[in-house]
Amino acid sequence: MPSSVTMPMGQAASRPQTAANRYYRRFGLFERVMHAGLMFSFVGCALSGLPLLFPYTGWAKTVAALMGGFHGAALVHRVCAAIMCVVFVTHILQFLWIGLAKGTLLSVLWGPNSLMPQGKDIVDIYQHMKYFLGKGPRPQFDRYTYWEKFDYMAVFWGMFIIGGSGLLLWFAIPLSAWLPGWIFNIATLVHGEEALLAVGFIFTIHFFNGHVRPEKFPMDMVIFTGRISDHELREERPLEYQRLVREGRLAAIEATPPAPGAVMFGRIVGGTALVLGILTVLLIVYGLVMR
Amino acid sequence: MKPAALLRALFLVLAFGLASAASAKTAAPAKKEAPPADPNETCMMCHADAAAKGAGGKSIAVDTAVFGKSVHGEMQLKCVDCHSDVSADKLPHAEKLKPAACSNCHEDAVKKYTGTAHAKALAKGQGMAAHCHDCHGTHDIKRSKDPASKTAFANIEATCGACHGNDKIVAQAHLPGGNIQVKYHDSIHGQLVDGKTVYNRAAPTCTSCHGAHNIQPKSEADSRVARAHVPDTCGGCHQREKTVFEKGKHGALQHAGNAAAPVCIDCHGAHTIQRASKANWQNAVVGACGNCHDDKITSFRLTYHGKVTTLGPATVATCASCHGAHDVRPAADPLSTVNSANLLATCRNCHPDAGAQLVSWDPHPQPKNKERSLLVYYTNIFMEFLLAGVFLFFGLHTVLWAYRSFRNMAQRGKSGGH
Repeated sequence: MPSSVTMPMGQAASRPQTAANRYYRRFGLFERVMHAGLMFSFVGCALSGLPLLFPYTGWAKTVAALMGGFHGAALVHRVCAAIMCVVFVTHILQFLWIGLAKGTLLSVLWGPNSLMPQGKDIVDIYQHMKYFLGKGPRPQFDRYTYWEKFDYMAVFWGMFIIGGSGLLLWFAIPLSAWLPGWIFNIATLVHGEEALLAVGFIFTIHFFNGHVRPEKFPMDMVIFTGRISDHELREERPLEYQRLVREGRLAAIEATPPAPGAVMFGRIVGGTALVLGILTVLLIVYGLVMR
Repeated sequence: MKPAALLRALFLVLAFGLASAASAKTAAPAKKEAPPADPNETCMMCHADAAAKGAGGKSIAVDTAVFGKSVHGEMQLKCVDCHSDVSADKLPHAEKLKPAACSNCHEDAVKKYTGTAHAKALAKGQGMAAHCHDCHGTHDIKRSKDPASKTAFANIEATCGACHGNDKIVAQAHLPGGNIQVKYHDSIHGQLVDGKTVYNRAAPTCTSCHGAHNIQPKSEADSRVARAHVPDTCGGCHQREKTVFEKGKHGALQHAGNAAAPVCIDCHGAHTIQRASKANWQNAVVGACGNCHDDKITSFRLTYHGKVTTLGPATVATCASCHGAHDVRPAADPLSTVNSANLLATCRNCHPDAGAQLVSWDPHPQPKNKERSLLVYYTNIFMEFLLAGVFLFFGLHTVLWAYRSFRNMAQRGKSGGH
């Protein structure tokens, strides 16, 4: 496993052999389905929307033609947008349900189990950069690292920006009874730029951070299987590991190793998204150069 | 007379080096018949033989049946009426004859022809240029009304296309416009004349616009296709469009003698004219408007309309949807479709449910132009900074991370693994 690369030298030998096949549940089925829905609709929106962002390129016409021409691509875009809206709304409802029904809203909004950026993340960024330059040790991460929080927050922000502008454009004519026309100029501008940001970010930065970097190459299966190995949890999220040990909750989340079928499924689905995404980035670069 | 004629014919044939069998055949009809009452018979003694060849090896055969069915044959013209430098008293005639003298009868047509591009090229020694017979034929000339005529309405495309649709000739003679026949054939005009789907006897063929005998290149002031005359030429059929065009800004500019003013062909093309209802054409015509209104197209391309028309094919608003087609008027004109009083009605042509506020939507946004819209300007700056910031930070972050990961791997490799 290339992921062992991140291990400090001394610990490798001392790690107990029995832990090699031990796994813990990191994501439940709900989170994995949410990610799958987001992934599917995001790739769909990207592939069906980009031809209209780069209509002057030859590939735009080809990609649109694969979806049945402009009208086909427009339909794919709206269907995927609707799926993404469902994912987002479901996520918000789940968030509220956890928060209100279980009375844990605070822990979702703040603290080590929250995706909310906090003071430690600023320190982590600084220390991680120092570590990259060989000027310090790797920072100790908790359940969510700062780049994972950025991924999440970027999508959260993007949902309002790209989703809001998209809905404005989708229903521009009926909305024009209440809204001034110039708002659709803003929506067009923002929708296109935010699309570039989102697609460019997910298909390069998120792919690198989450998947193709040497430690994870070719991809991290945790979002598909929901399971993280004992060794990965100790190495990459030591603060979470220590917290779980301290709170005595580690045994409760122990899981069976990922089923080979589930891993294969994740590799095929995730691999397809990975290939499509990287291809999309190349097409965008070509489109930007040809502008 | 008869033996003398026979002798002459034999002599002629032998002199031209023909096979003896052929010569016997040539002589045969002359032997049977009485002295020709018709002077053409004299010519036919040599020229009736299908295998007859001149000294140069070129066929000199004349099919009497074909000639008989031609308009000249029906009128019982004599060979010498056209080949007026041949005399029955001086046979065999000279090896090289003058071209048939069409002007003997068709003085007017020949007069028109003289001075045209075809005639000038011919005079300059470009033997390939069209002469009377290239379009009308020789002994087989038929009335234009006859569907079999080379100059019949349905056959003109092929007749002109013999040169203007032949890539070899086009290249050799540097014919202007390249292979025009292929362009024309697929145009709406060509398709109507071709009649495979819809047929329209009134649709224009080559001569409808260019004239027949008086064809002049567009560079000549008196040409029917010179820019100044294009509206009149097209308006010959499209009268309503011409009237509307004259009322618009383009027509006014053209009328004022502005050489840069667009005429019909600048938007529609000349030989490639397509049905205006075709989405493909509507999308392409945006480019034609852009030939003059470049900045307007750049801003139009930033809108949904502009993007869809580029991607195509789909029916969305193009320039003409808002500005009108033939009577484009400046926005200040109260009659203009883009005059502020008429804007909502213009939007509602396509979006019948459009709210009154839609008119504040800018169909030509300029994100870099502060004057046009502060909001668009600053939104654009915000988005640019956002994108640049995110990609710069995470780009650097990723590069450094990759550097660290590979360094770690290399160090592990050096230390010999575990």
